[in-house]
Amino acid sequence: MSAAACLRAGSHALIAVLTCGVIAVAAPAARAMSIERVVSPGGIEAWLVSDRTLPLIAMEFAFVGGADQDPLDKPGIANMATSLLDEGAGPFDANAFHDRLERKAIELSFRTGRDYLRGSLRTLSENRDDAFDALRLALTEPRFDPAAVERERAAIMSRLRRETLNPNDMANRTWWATAFPDHPYGLPVNGTLESVPNISIDDLKSYTRRAFARDNLKIAVVGDIDAETAGKLIDRAFGALPAKADLTPVAPIVPQGLGRRVVVPLDVPQAVVEFGGPGIARSDPDFMAAYLVNHILGGGAFSSRLYLEVREKRGLAYGISASLIWLNRAALLLGHTATRADATGQTIEIVEHEIRRLAEEGPTEDELAKAKTYLKGSFALGLDTSNRIASQLVQIQTDDLGIDYIERRAGLIDAVTLADAKRVAKRLLEGGMLVTIVGRPEGVTSSESAAGGSPGPLAKPRGTPAGRETEQR
Amino acid sequence: MSPKLTLAIAAFTGAVLAGSAQAGIGPQITNFTLANGLEVVVIPDHRAPVVTHMVWYKVGSADETPGKSGLAHFLEHLMFKGTAKNPAGRFSQVVATIGGQENAFTSADYTGYFQRVPRDELKRMMEFEADRMTGLVLTDDVVRPELNVVLEEQNMRVGNNPAARLGEQMDAALYLNHPYGRPVIGWRHEVEQLDREDALNFYRRFYTPNNAIVIIAGDVTPEEVRALAQDTYGKIPRVTDIKPRLRPQEPVQEAPRTVTLGDPRVTQPSLSRYYLAPSSTTARPGESEALDVLVHILGRGANSRLYQTLVVDKGVAVNAGASYDGTALDNTRLSIYATPKPETSLPQLEQAIDGVLAEVVANGVSADELERSKNRLIADSIYANDNQRTLAQWYGASLATGATVEQIRTWPDRIRLVSAEAVRDAARHWLDKRRSVTGYLVKETHPEENRS
Repeated sequence: MSAAACLRAGSHALIAVLTCGVIAVAAPAARAMSIERVVSPGGIEAWLVSDRTLPLIAMEFAFVGGADQDPLDKPGIANMATSLLDEGAGPFDANAFHDRLERKAIELSFRTGRDYLRGSLRTLSENRDDAFDALRLALTEPRFDPAAVERERAAIMSRLRRETLNPNDMANRTWWATAFPDHPYGLPVNGTLESVPNISIDDLKSYTRRAFARDNLKIAVVGDIDAETAGKLIDRAFGALPAKADLTPVAPIVPQGLGRRVVVPLDVPQAVVEFGGPGIARSDPDFMAAYLVNHILGGGAFSSRLYLEVREKRGLAYGISASLIWLNRAALLLGHTATRADATGQTIEIVEHEIRRLAEEGPTEDELAKAKTYLKGSFALGLDTSNRIASQLVQIQTDDLGIDYIERRAGLIDAVTLADAKRVAKRLLEGGMLVTIVGRPEGVTSSESAAGGSPGPLAKPRGTPAGRETEQR
Repeated sequence: MSPKLTLAIAAFTGAVLAGSAQAGIGPQITNFTLANGLEVVVIPDHRAPVVTHMVWYKVGSADETPGKSGLAHFLEHLMFKGTAKNPAGRFSQVVATIGGQENAFTSADYTGYFQRVPRDELKRMMEFEADRMTGLVLTDDVVRPELNVVLEEQNMRVGNNPAARLGEQMDAALYLNHPYGRPVIGWRHEVEQLDREDALNFYRRFYTPNNAIVIIAGDVTPEEVRALAQDTYGKIPRVTDIKPRLRPQEPVQEAPRTVTLGDPRVTQPSLSRYYLAPSSTTARPGESEALDVLVHILGRGANSRLYQTLVVDKGVAVNAGASYDGTALDNTRLSIYATPKPETSLPQLEQAIDGVLAEVVANGVSADELERSKNRLIADSIYANDNQRTLAQWYGASLATGATVEQIRTWPDRIRLVSAEAVRDAARHWLDKRRSVTGYLVKETHPEENRS
């Protein structure tokens, strides 16, 4: 593929060059960007948006296999390994490595999620070679020097100590642990006070050896670079990795404990509440309808039902929201709020009432129309920095949606009918919620019975991941 | 609401970037003032058909009448409650319907409102903001629930968070006389008493075109914006004259202070120290830039002196750093923080910090450190161009605290000029414990009574 010849960048005119793998994006308010599939000389694929306006290059990437690779009795390995990648690599100890990055203003960071290790690189164009070299060293020759390992272990232990009596962390950890017992998703990504002291350097090395490979890697590059140069630099950074990852399979799971309330006492003025239940898989044909329904219930704008009922009308909370979370082996709807002790019972009742009402009646035509225009507009408006664009392009790859997804997205939203939304509201919201509360809530107690009705087995239609068959080559 | 002093936001670079191959990048800023006194700044960014629209009022918590703390922030919340022309919720509904982003923030020195929308919606946003600049309508029915929202915000940010409670106590101890000693969100007992009349009186005193700055960053030209501004904001008459912002200033500070906050929920102790420091508005020429460099060398990242000494060499801490943001109208603060290892006591940690500070006061910084940190700070100003909102935020905050567009543009040049002597002098003068407060966050083993 001689993609470079087809590249158009830095122009506002929309260019629909559909041959040679370039997609012009025409979403409302979108950056008029051409997304190009680049295959490096070494055979590694990346998506590229070339934009020469500013002298900088942003790259985001993800390896499948994050904290879900931790053994059940030793959580925190992937997180600790990730945090040590820039603490010395190749010929450079931690000090020398950090010094080189800062001198060239190279920003390199990694973060561990449940399913992925994600990385982010930002550099001025003039320092691109040093930047990609630094990344290669971090991925292929991390040193795990004992001094650096102990320093990082101490820092992680300190954060874990801080989290032990922090109400937000407690509510969140309790929710995940209760929803996913005996499953990696139930374990804290950064480990526990018991596990982290036992993590060995061999554990760290074993994780990076197994998880960093070319076949579980997704890459996106945005900025002042052409396809040919991008291909060379991608080989420079990732070319030395093994061809295949060696990941431990993770079992699919649905959230447990629906209908339960779990109260964790803590002497704080404000009770923190986490509520959630099963969501809908990203590959499910009903996903977009569920996304719209969730937006109507508790999405990002100052207009969701929960926001209006809990905050606007009654002043019970500063923040209240609900999100769909799609993991590789589970799908969730998870919400969060915080309210004063004597209003906790009332707030939870309102949340449950609104969820029940939306499940039973569905959204109105007007709500659905507004949610559609919001979700169509906000997507492009969120792409406001080079790294955010790259990050979104990685997400589209890990979600397996196809290189033309941004082009098709508005159509997928518009295709959701009111009947779809009503049906999916019921499917999404009638399964019952697991609620965890940290604080001194009045009138709320832990319940041990799963009284809220079981969700039943989740239908898992292996739907057409939208757009796969239309991918360019 | 943002904290009173945000972390330093990187500056935009002007036409000349000394020492870099990237000279000449970055947008041309245009600014003009309408007949009613409203200042307008246009920052072009044509990469996407999007605009960021911000209105900044030159009023913050430090402008509140004593006894009414939290009023500037409370009014910020109430600004979403509608006008005669646009009833409650309509503005937000329009922003939501087009998928726009919106929010507002309050600091000690300014209050701001912003939307990020497709460029075609800019005029509508300007109409809404112009309308609520003087047209706010408040009833007790909307004011009372919103007061509860603000009290929950206070609980979330402060009540539930021992470190934030310590921060409030430290600010109050750092400022003996200046209203920066009050929390932006207010003291809870005073917030509880705020009402509709308080909010409207404050609104009428400070919300007027001659006390506002509009920043528009994005896919627009100065000519378009000028015409739109005339059509919208230009029609709002000035409500009142604005008096100079003369706050009570600090006396000579003569004694170091120490504050200890104990709470049973503290599982990880920590230490902070605040020094009184000049802002870019109160500093002598070059002094604020020298402090930017000093603080970078002392406490930003793994190469910094505090991290290297406390975490890497001595192994007494798990992290350590420093911060300074000169974007303030009056003298601001420079802060140092560190988290000890379990076997290190806070006094031992403090001694180690004092050692690092004494060294820089005595011997200054090396040419190598100076070069590395200046290059890094200047690179930040290039990266800032990648984020429209960062640029708009930086211009707005600086202009609302007394800077000029030219001063903002030339910040990288002034950083380039900072000498090792200037850094050493800034350290000698401003790292003076008599103008400082040291805060200890510790586990309290005696249960407190009656807190909820």
